[in-house]
Parts: sequence; structure tokens; C-alpha cells
Amino acid sequence: MTATLVSRAGTAVRPAPSLPRRHPVRATALFVVLGVGLVLLTVYAAGRGQLAIPAHEVWGSILHRIGLDRGTLPTHPQGDNTLWQVRFPRIALAIVVGAALSTAGALMQGVFGNPLAEPSVVGVSTGAAFAAAIVIVFQIQLIGSWTVALFAFVGGLVTTLLVYALSRADGRTEVVTLVLTGIAVNAVCAAGLALMIFLGDTQEREQIVFWQLGSLNGSRWQHVGVVAPLVVVGLAGAMLMARRLDVLALGDRAARHVGIDVERLRLVAIVLVALLTAAAVSFAGIIAFVGLVVPHLIRMLVGPGHRVLVPASALAGAVLLLLADLIARTAMTGADLPIGMLTSLVGGPFFFWLLRRTRRTAGGWA
Amino acid sequence: MDGRDPVTLRLTHVSAALGGHQILHDVTLEIVPGELVALVGPNGAGKTTLLSVMAGDIEPTDGEAVLDGTRLRGWKVAALARERAVLPQEQRLAFGFRVVDVVRMGRAPWARLPEEDLDDVVVADSMERTDVLTLAERSFPTLSGGEKARTSFSRVLAQQTPLVLLDEPTAALDIRHQEQVLAQARRLAADGHAVVAVLHDLTVAAAHADRICVLANGRLHADGAPRDVITPEILAEVYGHPVDVIDHASRLVVLPHLITHTEESSCAPVLS
Repeated sequence: MTATLVSRAGTAVRPAPSLPRRHPVRATALFVVLGVGLVLLTVYAAGRGQLAIPAHEVWGSILHRIGLDRGTLPTHPQGDNTLWQVRFPRIALAIVVGAALSTAGALMQGVFGNPLAEPSVVGVSTGAAFAAAIVIVFQIQLIGSWTVALFAFVGGLVTTLLVYALSRADGRTEVVTLVLTGIAVNAVCAAGLALMIFLGDTQEREQIVFWQLGSLNGSRWQHVGVVAPLVVVGLAGAMLMARRLDVLALGDRAARHVGIDVERLRLVAIVLVALLTAAAVSFAGIIAFVGLVVPHLIRMLVGPGHRVLVPASALAGAVLLLLADLIARTAMTGADLPIGMLTSLVGGPFFFWLLRRTRRTAGGWA
Repeated sequence: MDGRDPVTLRLTHVSAALGGHQILHDVTLEIVPGELVALVGPNGAGKTTLLSVMAGDIEPTDGEAVLDGTRLRGWKVAALARERAVLPQEQRLAFGFRVVDVVRMGRAPWARLPEEDLDDVVVADSMERTDVLTLAERSFPTLSGGEKARTSFSRVLAQQTPLVLLDEPTAALDIRHQEQVLAQARRLAADGHAVVAVLHDLTVAAAHADRICVLANGRLHADGAPRDVITPEILAEVYGHPVDVIDHASRLVVLPHLITHTEESSCAPVLS
């Protein structure tokens, strides 16, 4: 033991060769660009719609709300109302839902050690949606507007655990097993969802279908009030486990060898994924592939380290979903396109590309 | 001596099973500081399983494995990671971390402890010792097999544990890096660490190990200094194939007999 201590100290005395520097500049630049982008996009998006409001009037309205009497208020009589009753709640929901989906994707990929893991791909979103549809059809009222979120959380948790248990072998999750498990889980949950649509009356059906397509139409501050705290908790939890998630890339066994309590870490991460997915699904419905595309792009820019990946993904997810929602509601005059349709339109081909790439780099379907 | 058990790792009558199959039978073995112990034996003899028992990955079905006076199963994951490091046979990584990040992962057990301050120094030193400093910025999945193995070995060094377990550390390495890795393993032992390495090449094992344990069919067949264990009689029996053991410049060289079609039946081991 003494000899060991000598060697430990001995290492410190040797003249140390210098390590390559980390790249804080790159990460910082990314955060600045995303942050500025989010603010500008918020102002721009708030001004767009049936009632156009110039950007400086949007600024003026925001400044007045936070108690600064500067800038011009919207000149249109309904301007201020439109902004604060319709547009800002919707923008805020887009931001928190985008952050939730991307964080859930980054977490899930870290836990599965697989860049293709994503709540909608593996069926967690559908599971959460199915559970939420039950609330709608049977008009369950346990805890007011939180009831949907609660059921979505339980549904998401059960499906995540299920996918995890089914697709794991020898401490690893292989690409093929994960994707095929996702198909099976998606099928079963979709059947449950179909049953709910069958059982529901016209109005409930409409609500469920609308929600299956994914949309931020009709967002209210009340919704933001439910989703935002969940996202904050999920994001904070993800940040706390960021360093340990890095080590999980070594695989279960090696991660345990360097002192990571793999089982506990994974369980907490799965609960967080379910929480974030439920938060996103509760009021916005199924918005697929955001959690797949965003963390992947961030990894290409700043590497896979979770301490940067998680917050950058959350921010980029917020920007992306805000942009997608802006397109959804302004692309066709008088029509509010389902945002889930848009993200799938882009995400589907991206998923395919990623699949091919993973297959090539992994040297087959390992 | 401070009254502590001088033995780092003590296995007593250990049996172990994998997937319902009994792999190890009644293995009794002591690993002490300052020694490089080579585990050798034919395919399927149970070398990797024995290493897994030593690492605490597999619980013995019978007997006990005790590290520093505490049964392995009683150790907390993090505390255990400050006592023993493991170099796995396969090198996998789910994402494209840089080599320096991978080596840094070896410092995970020291997070939030005073030793954390040494992280940069230790990581740089470990990378220099395994000749991977020039690869520092490379993405791990793009490395060759040998480069991956050296990076992982570097990670194991960075962990700075009294017990170091290496599963075929030289399997993917060229001669220069093989000698380099084994020299580092010997240096660890000389510095007072206890080092156990699964090795395939008997000549390499004889050249570097202080002690060689020969496993056959899940049992410890021989355990001793290289000159006592690397003999034609023992090896022929264990491997089921005749060999010559040559003393060359005071080093042992193991030469398997060639299988020829004419003399398939004669296989008497000869010591030249």
C-alpha cells in the first residue's frame, strides 16, 4: 500500500507532458449563436401571423410588460392581446417542448449507448400518447390539468422500461434490436391509441387525432405552467448526470469498472426521459424526430461530451421547434399545419441517413 | 508493516459459473503487491472468467474472493474503482469521444476527491507512457485495434489503482507496442501495484511475468515462477500438444512441435 502511494505521488512529480487544450471557445460560440438566435426568432415569430406586428412593436410590448416604459406598443387595437393571449404562450410552449424533446433524445442516446435511440423511434411517445388518450376518452380528472401529464408520464415510463428490457443483451443495445423493438412497441401502443379513438365520441376523437399529428395550436399559459417545471427538473437532472453519462459510452462493464453505479444511473435517466417525453407530449402531441436530429447535429459540432451536449441540445431544440412551428402556422395562409407532420417529413429521411451511416461505421448490423 | 493483510487479492476455493455452465472449479490463488502475474492456458480454460471474478464482475458460486480484507461483493462500486482497474479484451465506445477524453474517463472514480487535482498530470503521464499523446485529438472509433488497446491501457493507468487486471493487453499490438505495454505492466508491479494479465503467448509470459498461473479446464493446474511452470511436461499436458522449451540468452522460448502428416502419432515432449 505504501509503495502504491509512492507511485501515486511519483506520477505527480514527473515533468508532465502537456495535454491538448479543450475547446471552450467552440462551445461558447455555439451557445451564443443559439441564444441570440432564440431571442431574435422569438421576436420575429411573435410578429408573424394573420395579424402582422412589426418587430419594434413586439419589443415595445415585451419591454412594457417587464415594467420598462420604452419602445412603441403595438398600434393595432388587438395587437397586445394577440401577442400575450395567443402568440407568446404558443412560442413559450414551442421552446419548452423543443428543449424537452431534444434533452430526452440526448439522454436516451446516452443511456442506450446508441445514436438512434429517440422517444418517438422506440415508441415512448406513442406509449405516452396512448396513456393520455385514456384520460381524454374516460374523462379522468385526478389533478386538474396535470392529469394528462401524469398519465403521459406513467405511459412513457412503462414503455421506456419495456423497450430497455426488451432490447438489451449482454450489457449492450444493438441497433437492429433497438429499432425492431421500437416497431413492436409502437405497433402495440398505436393499437391502444386506435382503440381509444374507436371508443371516443366525435369531439374526443378529434382531440386525439389532432394530438397524434402533433400541434401547438391552442397553447395557453396554463399549459406552459405545467410543462415548464417538468422540463426544468428534467434538464437539471440530465446536467447532474452529464459526466457519468459520458463514461457510460464505455459500455456497462467498463463503466462499472471506473466506479459508475450503472443500474442506478440508468434508472434515474429513464425516469427523466419519461418525464421529459410526457412533458412534451401532454399538450403538444407527438412531435417526432426532434430528439434524434438535434443531439446528432450538436455532437457533430462540439463532440459527444454531455456537459455541453445536453444544454446545447435543449437550446437548439427550442430554436428548431420554434422555427418549425412558425413554418407550420404561416406556410399556408389560413391553415395551421400539424407540426408533427413537418418534423417527421424532415426527420424521417434524416433517420434513414443516420441508420445507413451507423451501419457503415459499425461494420454491419452489430 | 501496519498490520494490514499483505495480500491484495485472495481467492479461496473459488468456483464460478457462466450461463449455467460451471467454468471455474476450486481455484485458490493469492495476488500480492509488486508482482506481475500471468494467467495462461488453452482456449476455454476460464482465464477471462477468473479475471472477471477478480474484478468483481462475477460472483463466485462457491468459495470467496477477498480484496484488501473485504469480500468483493461488499465493495461499493466507486470505492472498488479506486482499488482495481480492468483492461477489457474488447474495446468499444458508443460515441466519438477523443482519445484524451477516453483516458480522462479513467479518472472518474477520483471525482470530488483531493486526488482530482492531479487529473491533468496523471492523464498526460498515462498517455505518454502508452505512446498515445500524438493521438490525443483523434476520435476513438476511428483508431486501429492496437491504438484502441493502447488508449484503453492508458485509461487503466490513469485510474491509479493498487490492483490492475489486464485481459489480453497485447492481443492487437505490434512487437514494439507489445513490449512497451508489458514494460509498463512490469513497471506498475515494480512500483508496488499488483498486476494480473491474461496472456496467450507463453514466450511473452515467461519473459515478463514474475509468476505464471496455468489454467486448464477451469482448474489451476500450476502456479509458480516461469522456470518452474513453463516446462515441456506441464505445457504438453495442459495444451494437449508437444512443445520444446528452449533457453535462449537466459530467456525461455516456447516452440510448439510442427504437425506433420508422417509422424502424427509420435508426440513425446522433448527438452532441448
